[in-house]
Amino acid sequence: MDLVNIFIKSAFLENMVLAYFLGMCSFLAVSKTVKTALGLGLAVIFVLGITAPINWAVNTYLLKEGALSFISPALADVDLTFLQYIVFIAAIASMVQLVEIIVERFFPPLYNALGIFLPLITVNCAILGGSLFIVEREYAFDESVVFGLGSGFGFFLAIVALASIREKLRYSNIPAPLRGLGIAFIITGLMGLAFMSFAGISL
Amino acid sequence: MSAKHEMELENGASTLGGGAKTKPFLTADRRHLLTDPFNDENPITVQVLGVCSALAVTTQLKTSLVMALSVIVVLTLSNVIISAIRNTIPNRIRMIVQLLVIAGLVILVDQLLKAFAYEVSRQLSVYVGLIITNCIIMGRLEAKAMSSTPTESFLDGIGNGVGYGAILIVVSFFRELFGSGTLMGIKVVPDALYKMGYVNNGIMLTSAAAMFIIGIIIWIQRSRNTKLIDVS
Repeated sequence: MDLVNIFIKSAFLENMVLAYFLGMCSFLAVSKTVKTALGLGLAVIFVLGITAPINWAVNTYLLKEGALSFISPALADVDLTFLQYIVFIAAIASMVQLVEIIVERFFPPLYNALGIFLPLITVNCAILGGSLFIVEREYAFDESVVFGLGSGFGFFLAIVALASIREKLRYSNIPAPLRGLGIAFIITGLMGLAFMSFAGISL
Repeated sequence: MSAKHEMELENGASTLGGGAKTKPFLTADRRHLLTDPFNDENPITVQVLGVCSALAVTTQLKTSLVMALSVIVVLTLSNVIISAIRNTIPNRIRMIVQLLVIAGLVILVDQLLKAFAYEVSRQLSVYVGLIITNCIIMGRLEAKAMSSTPTESFLDGIGNGVGYGAILIVVSFFRELFGSGTLMGIKVVPDALYKMGYVNNGIMLTSAAAMFIIGIIIWIQRSRNTKLIDVS
């Protein structure tokens, strides 16, 4: 039951994009059509779902204070948490590189549509943010897997929702200079305000 | 800094003007590298890079100033380093190499701030770490530094860093003024106004307000520069 709660919480109540405003760059730039948005959303679910448990393991068995004591008791007070950023980002970068190779090989049209924003998943703050949240909230292994998948699913839902709104907006009469990116920024702000209504729910 | 800059100037002139006569350093093309980020190629409003940090640090003018300066330094240096070694990086592991360079530079900036400006670094500890995940840096590395000479990447880094900083300062100016009634931490909204019933606008302190302000900046920019308008 706890795991279900964590999933719902990470996907809706604490949605990475609309509640914390993380991962905005690719969210805004790749939401022009539903098709590319689906592709990026799936890639983010994959990367978050894998890096969350990997970084959990790295943190628990290598970086945390006293984590190295399984090698020898002399290392019990070694604290490597200052390496967190660089180690987490290296794990994420290798996962994204893997995704890029797979997408380039098997889905060339999607590869071209995503362009520079595929390698940029690496620096998508939602992904590093996910790993840091896991450390901060002291999740266990199964919880961190569910949290990673839930946050990825939340990103997926949000980017598909914005892409669908933007596709509909093509038929509405928006002042020309505001079309495209400008209105996307404003809509995201409004969606964020709407998501604030989840703030009162506690699971 | 200026000595380094002049060294770059000479390097650029000698590599580029290797022929019969040396060309001026700032040819039209290169001047565009510096000026385009202010208008046609602004990192935030046109290329959509670095939005997350633009939301996170802009509640106060002071933090966004320091953030802008650190990003200019890290972006310029990493652009130069990556473009200098670009031919030796295997394509399959280029992201990890880029991130190691960025993370190394960020740690350097962090340590320098701690050594020479401890007060500022204590206020900014989290934000300095955020530079690693600032997509503007990796975005420029991918788009520019991997395919051009160090001199061009140097100019591109400065141009984009300053273009990014400009947006940050505009957004944080409005957010701090209307959200907390201060600028650089100094109170500017007079007490008399509060007595008449004026209240600070709390929504300005949420990230949503930053989205609205950037949306309006885009609107103004595109109505002055019609070639940026999205036709689709």
